[in-house]
Amino acid sequence: MQKLLVKGNEAISEAAIQAGCKLFFGYPITPSNEIIEYMARRLPEVGGHMVQAESEVSSIYMLLGAAGAGERCMTGTSGCGFSLMQEGMSFLAAYELPVVIVDVARLGPALGNLDPSQGDYFQWTRGGGHGDYYNFVLAPSGVQEAADLMGLAFDLADQYRMPAVVAMDGVLGQMMEPVTFRQTDTAHLPPKTWAARGKKGGPKHDVVGYILDPVKAERSDIQRAARYDQIRATEQRWEEIALDDADLVVVSFGTAGRVARAAVREARQQGIKVGLIRPITLWPFPTNPIATALTQNAKGFMVAEMNMGQMVEDVRLAVNGRAPVYLHRNMGGSMPTTEELVARIRTLAGEVSVHA
Amino acid sequence: MPEAAEKCVFKPTEGLTEKPLHYCPGCSHGIIHRLIAEVLEEMGQLDNTVGVGPVGCAAFCEQYFNVDWVAAAHGRAPAVATGVRRAVPDAVVFTYQGDGDLAAIGIAEAMHAAIRGEKITTIFVNNAIYGMTGGQMAPTTLIGMKTTTSPYGRKAEETGYPVDIPKLFSEIPGAAYVASGSTDSPKAVLQTKKYIRRAFETQLAGHGYSLVSVLSNCPTNWGLTPVKAMEWIRENLVPNYTMGELKVPTAAKGGEQA
Repeated sequence: MQKLLVKGNEAISEAAIQAGCKLFFGYPITPSNEIIEYMARRLPEVGGHMVQAESEVSSIYMLLGAAGAGERCMTGTSGCGFSLMQEGMSFLAAYELPVVIVDVARLGPALGNLDPSQGDYFQWTRGGGHGDYYNFVLAPSGVQEAADLMGLAFDLADQYRMPAVVAMDGVLGQMMEPVTFRQTDTAHLPPKTWAARGKKGGPKHDVVGYILDPVKAERSDIQRAARYDQIRATEQRWEEIALDDADLVVVSFGTAGRVARAAVREARQQGIKVGLIRPITLWPFPTNPIATALTQNAKGFMVAEMNMGQMVEDVRLAVNGRAPVYLHRNMGGSMPTTEELVARIRTLAGEVSVHA
Repeated sequence: MPEAAEKCVFKPTEGLTEKPLHYCPGCSHGIIHRLIAEVLEEMGQLDNTVGVGPVGCAAFCEQYFNVDWVAAAHGRAPAVATGVRRAVPDAVVFTYQGDGDLAAIGIAEAMHAAIRGEKITTIFVNNAIYGMTGGQMAPTTLIGMKTTTSPYGRKAEETGYPVDIPKLFSEIPGAAYVASGSTDSPKAVLQTKKYIRRAFETQLAGHGYSLVSVLSNCPTNWGLTPVKAMEWIRENLVPNYTMGELKVPTAAKGGEQA
């Protein structure tokens, strides 16, 4: 297959088009701009449309309309724009509509700056808007993986009828890497018989998100919770390195996870018994490899993330007091270096071996 | 009597379901629902239409319209309708919005749908007050009018003046058809129905965005009987808003005038 040297933002855009996405709605915001620009150029070539909305509030509802009509559609945004979309994302969850939303996160809160950050972790993984819901959250650590996860995001959204967030940052969006575009098999996905496109001689379709009857509302929530439980049980995805005999397990995702991978390999070469869990789904959070590591040799966990410490809460929940969980954090748009992580791994590996 | 002598003089429109309306007695929503439903039926578009609803008293109106439906959040109907329109280019797509929904929280979405010349139709129901939340001030509330959030009467120096939506939208190049009707008399209702038909015809012809403003009542929150409420529309709302056809598509000019 042909390999192309592509920017992360362009790779996810092309991957979305190859996954059958015909409609893009968005508003320009750095560092996600290459997505809307690529879509403006490329979608007309495949019979689709890019609509430049007047705000992210509007673009998320355009997405709701197009998804309600049964089309594969997406938006791409960043930071403040992702915040503006949260009301609509709550509606998308309640309406059970499949859409893909890319957040090329920037430093926050507020305008922040354009440096890479993982500070949107809570907003990604806790729903983000009002009410009781979750989204799929897929976190690539490179351009090829970002392209691969776009097809998966559309498929998971369609299969479970819920939004999928692709969690990027400025580094992943802007850097160029060689990419091969791969097609996913969509034959197993259910037909969208619920879509509102005009009755066409059939029954009426109502795509709505309110239930006034409290008994029915509770039943609906119970069904959605059961679906979330099923997803937690079957759709966790992660990359792991050398967990079998690891005393210390590093947990790190996205850009930080990429550095952590290099650091774990380097530390192993130095003889340190360290392993890596790199969550690919941030929701559902990969609790399974953490449980497995605990039954093997893990005596402690080191979370490396580019925020004040957000994913560390999910790791602590999964570890549930059975081992110490340490946080290595980089803030203000800074990234960890391999050397810095190796040094921390060396220190913590020593500590957990002594205390165990 | 031979069967042939029987003549059907009235039947319910196929465009509405049999679900009883939840609106207050005397409310104009029922009239406006019926006009839209009749027009879509007469145009043979009931199987080809997607409606987009508001938040407000008509938040549950998909139960009444016998067409496909996508409900929107408060004010977002024109954005939702844009998504539907781009996904289903050959459908008739319309939004049904009140004055709070369109003229307050959703004015950006509404104006930009018009600015883009989005091929959708908006039915704008203006009763100068928030109905569902219990009678608060709207952007279209008249000067001096008492509401629960303007208990001493709306004062221009504090809250500005009522916004004339059809007049404002008629200035937007992407808006191809803009009309302003009322529900205060049978004559006004029939006139409004013509406007609604022309709006949908504008959309089907691909001319651009179309908007029909319909002056409506709120007997409950105005504290008037249904009959008095209709008189209040005629005496107070009609003189304060631009009425009639404000803009027709260039291609359609010279046709039958209202």
